[in-house]
Amino acid sequence: MKNRVIHWFKFSSPQSFYYLAGKMWPWFAALATVLLVVGLWISFFVAPVDAQQGQGYRIIFVHVPASQMSMLIYLVMAAWAGLGLTFNTRLSGMMASALAPTGALFAFLSLVTGALWGKPMWGAWWVWDARLTSTLILLFLYLGFMALHASIDDPRRADRASAVLALVGAVNVPIIYFSVKWWNTLHQGASVSMKGSSMASTMLTGMLIMVVAFWMYAIAIALVRVRNIILDRERHTEWVKHAVA
Amino acid sequence: MTTAPNTLGAGAVMLAVIKREIALGLRQKGEVLTPLVFFMVIASLFPLGVGAESSLLLRMAPGVLWVSALLAAMLSLQRMFATDYADGSLEQMVLSPTPLGLLVLAKALAHFLLSGVPLVLMAPVLGLQFGLDGRALGILMLSLLLGTPTLSLIGSIGAALTLGVRGAGVLLSLLILPLYIPVLIFGAGAVEADAAGLGFGGHISLLSALLVLSLFFSPMATAAALRISLE
Repeated sequence: MKNRVIHWFKFSSPQSFYYLAGKMWPWFAALATVLLVVGLWISFFVAPVDAQQGQGYRIIFVHVPASQMSMLIYLVMAAWAGLGLTFNTRLSGMMASALAPTGALFAFLSLVTGALWGKPMWGAWWVWDARLTSTLILLFLYLGFMALHASIDDPRRADRASAVLALVGAVNVPIIYFSVKWWNTLHQGASVSMKGSSMASTMLTGMLIMVVAFWMYAIAIALVRVRNIILDRERHTEWVKHAVA
Repeated sequence: MTTAPNTLGAGAVMLAVIKREIALGLRQKGEVLTPLVFFMVIASLFPLGVGAESSLLLRMAPGVLWVSALLAAMLSLQRMFATDYADGSLEQMVLSPTPLGLLVLAKALAHFLLSGVPLVLMAPVLGLQFGLDGRALGILMLSLLLGTPTLSLIGSIGAALTLGVRGAGVLLSLLILPLYIPVLIFGAGAVEADAAGLGFGGHISLLSALLVLSLFFSPMATAAALRISLE
């Protein structure tokens, strides 16, 4: 690098970001793989058996990171959407639509693992718990975002329209969460609270490693997906012809 | 032509928009009446589906009526901008010197007057069929009166986003129904909470808060969405 100043705005152009993302994603993917292997090993073989829940509790090592990521990705997606609306950058919309399927996947994973956990612990696949219900609604919001994006032909208009929707959704997520929580306390006498956070330290370590692993996975997969979106959107340009050839 | 004076104030323009919407609605009575009939049909399906046991119906009534109201409000939403979009008057509204957000607000209010108010007036009749008493009917009407304008306002965002989009009707419900959930919870909850002896004040306050929030924010979002749809 000749001059030491890095022009960050350079990477807001899809072309330069395509190459940057191409350099970055293998690192994130490698980190995700290593951390997943370590995290799963700890969660299956090192972490002790839970006194109350037996072996069944081990699903939290997937469940908790997935739930966290499903919420976090929505916020990141909304932030990209807002950035795109404000600065009218093409890349922001692409990032938002690259993140949406991963977020929806995590929301779905969180619901499925929650159901698998709930069956032995609560005796039911599904309870109308505030967290379960709001994750379900979050999944609907993701699906709405993707459906709106898919149904508009012009990609720029699709980006901007779904950006408005993502922002409206982000404003609504806390309102929905608290209203569902209150509804839940009104309806349900029997509490289905989690046990207190008296976790063994190996459990906590395993969980943290899994959280970081899910982060790395989400970043890697979003970068790969945004590279595909860039190629698709810019397919008429010369540089793509060179890049693909 | 440089200084074309804007003779009408924003309030007068909004009033004109509301009057126009109502005149259009009254001329095409079918479009105003169909959602109402739909509301009645949906609400009447529930007893047929779950059985006519009166204690069960009484318990379900607020929720059923509110869900039916959501769906009925949904039906007429698509019409909010579609005809203006088709004949080009929407573009004139975007170009007019009156802020688009205020025009959108007027259209949402007109939608409330044409679809929300009839629902409020119809609800007690259906509520009687479910065996609600006078007090519960009053709370139901109050909650609908405060809730349906919020439905029109939030719905206007969806209507603007799906303007001229393939399969707009189904898409609109996918986008908007999740956002309606807080209104549904507090609207139906008001009647239930009162029946449980908890008082309905909290729920009504929260419904009003949602109304105020959506009065402020949703015209901005709708105006932004309309500009995107028209560009």
